[in-house]
Amino acid sequence: MSRTLIAEAGEQLLDRREQLTLDQLAALAEVPDTSIPSLTALAHEVRLAWCGPEVEVEGILSAKTGGCPEDCHFCSQSSRFETPVLATPFLDADEVLRAAEETARLGASEFCIVLAVRGPDERTMRRILELVPLVRDRVGINVAVSAGILTDDQARRFAEGGVHRYNHNLETARSYFPQIVTTHSFEERFETCRLVREHGMELCCGVLLGMGETPAQRIELIGQLREVEPAEVPVNFLNPRPGTPLGDRPLVEPLEALRWIALFRLGLPSVILRYAGGREVTLRELQALGLTSGINALIVGNYLTTLGRSPEADLQMLEDLRMPIGALSKVL
Amino acid sequence: MGSETDLPGGVSPPAEGAFCCWCGRSAGSCDGAACRRALDPPRFCPVCGRRLRVLVTPSGMTASCGEHGPLAE
Ligand code: SF4
Ligand SMILES: [Zn+2]
Ligand SMILES: [Zn+2]
Repeated sequence: MSRTLIAEAGEQLLDRREQLTLDQLAALAEVPDTSIPSLTALAHEVRLAWCGPEVEVEGILSAKTGGCPEDCHFCSQSSRFETPVLATPFLDADEVLRAAEETARLGASEFCIVLAVRGPDERTMRRILELVPLVRDRVGINVAVSAGILTDDQARRFAEGGVHRYNHNLETARSYFPQIVTTHSFEERFETCRLVREHGMELCCGVLLGMGETPAQRIELIGQLREVEPAEVPVNFLNPRPGTPLGDRPLVEPLEALRWIALFRLGLPSVILRYAGGREVTLRELQALGLTSGINALIVGNYLTTLGRSPEADLQMLEDLRMPIGALSKVL
Repeated sequence: MGSETDLPGGVSPPAEGAFCCWCGRSAGSCDGAACRRALDPPRFCPVCGRRLRVLVTPSGMTASCGEHGPLAE
């Protein structure tokens, strides 16, 4: 049964180059644990056939931390929860430049400046628009920005200002979103994603797995990601943050994490599927397996408010896997 | 208290202090080793228990208290 399902999916994705339906993905989501290696092997083949062997490396920086008025239940930067994260104002240009240089030295082709805000106010817009060309020209790296919900005009200004990729996550399925965020709607997120693409920026649109959503809701989310057509999908696993409403949730189990990495690749064959937050604590010793289960990009080094494993360990892992580092764009 | 493990950012939390730098409670009222989560920077000043200003960058981190300055490198 599982073997037939996986074989059919392979024929469809590799020989006919056709997308799977959400029903097919839902059936694949139920294969037994013993079939996970076959599922991930197919996802790896699909990644190689649709995207090639390169791995895109990115560094991220929280340039304005904490004090966010929104209530995303997983987030230690929300001002609504009592968390150990102290709010700090916008870093100065030198601090951002130094971090971008660090990132470039690690072999990254992308540097993302992230701000904990609902959306950018005019002062924030101006600062970001000053920083983007400065970082790009001085450091020679693509600059991505994550600054929350955008208006049409703000999206246009970022695109014209040289923002290469804009990050705005859907995080979870539309049907589960109200359980996770009450201060803005799924539709508001969806609309910002649409504006990013309409103005010609690449869309980076991530997910966060392990917040209590059902398998059916993860499949639903894949469908919603297809609608916003991201170039990149960062896959985060919940790393429960003390003081947040999800602070006591269990981690996703390693084998389940691999199953879902494979399913996201099978559902989104052409995207840049990036390892993001939570992979170290979730996958532990199995981290290399993600890269043979559909992942073709990673965030190197530390995250926004938490630390990652050493960049050297990640670069060694890529070398051992014979996966060259390269800049990717969505191939369609 | 008393985790001597070096953090990936090269910052070593002080071995002894009046407050737990992971949870902020006064030393002895928590199990410091258990408070520490994998790959979390120290968040509280071991001297006064205030929340630290933590700057996390791709290849490092710094943490400093408004009163007592940076945690020892
Ligand atoms: S909008 Fe971003 S920074 Fe603010 S609470 Fe939500 S996830 Fe955290
Ligand atoms: Zn403690
Ligand atoms: Zn202090």
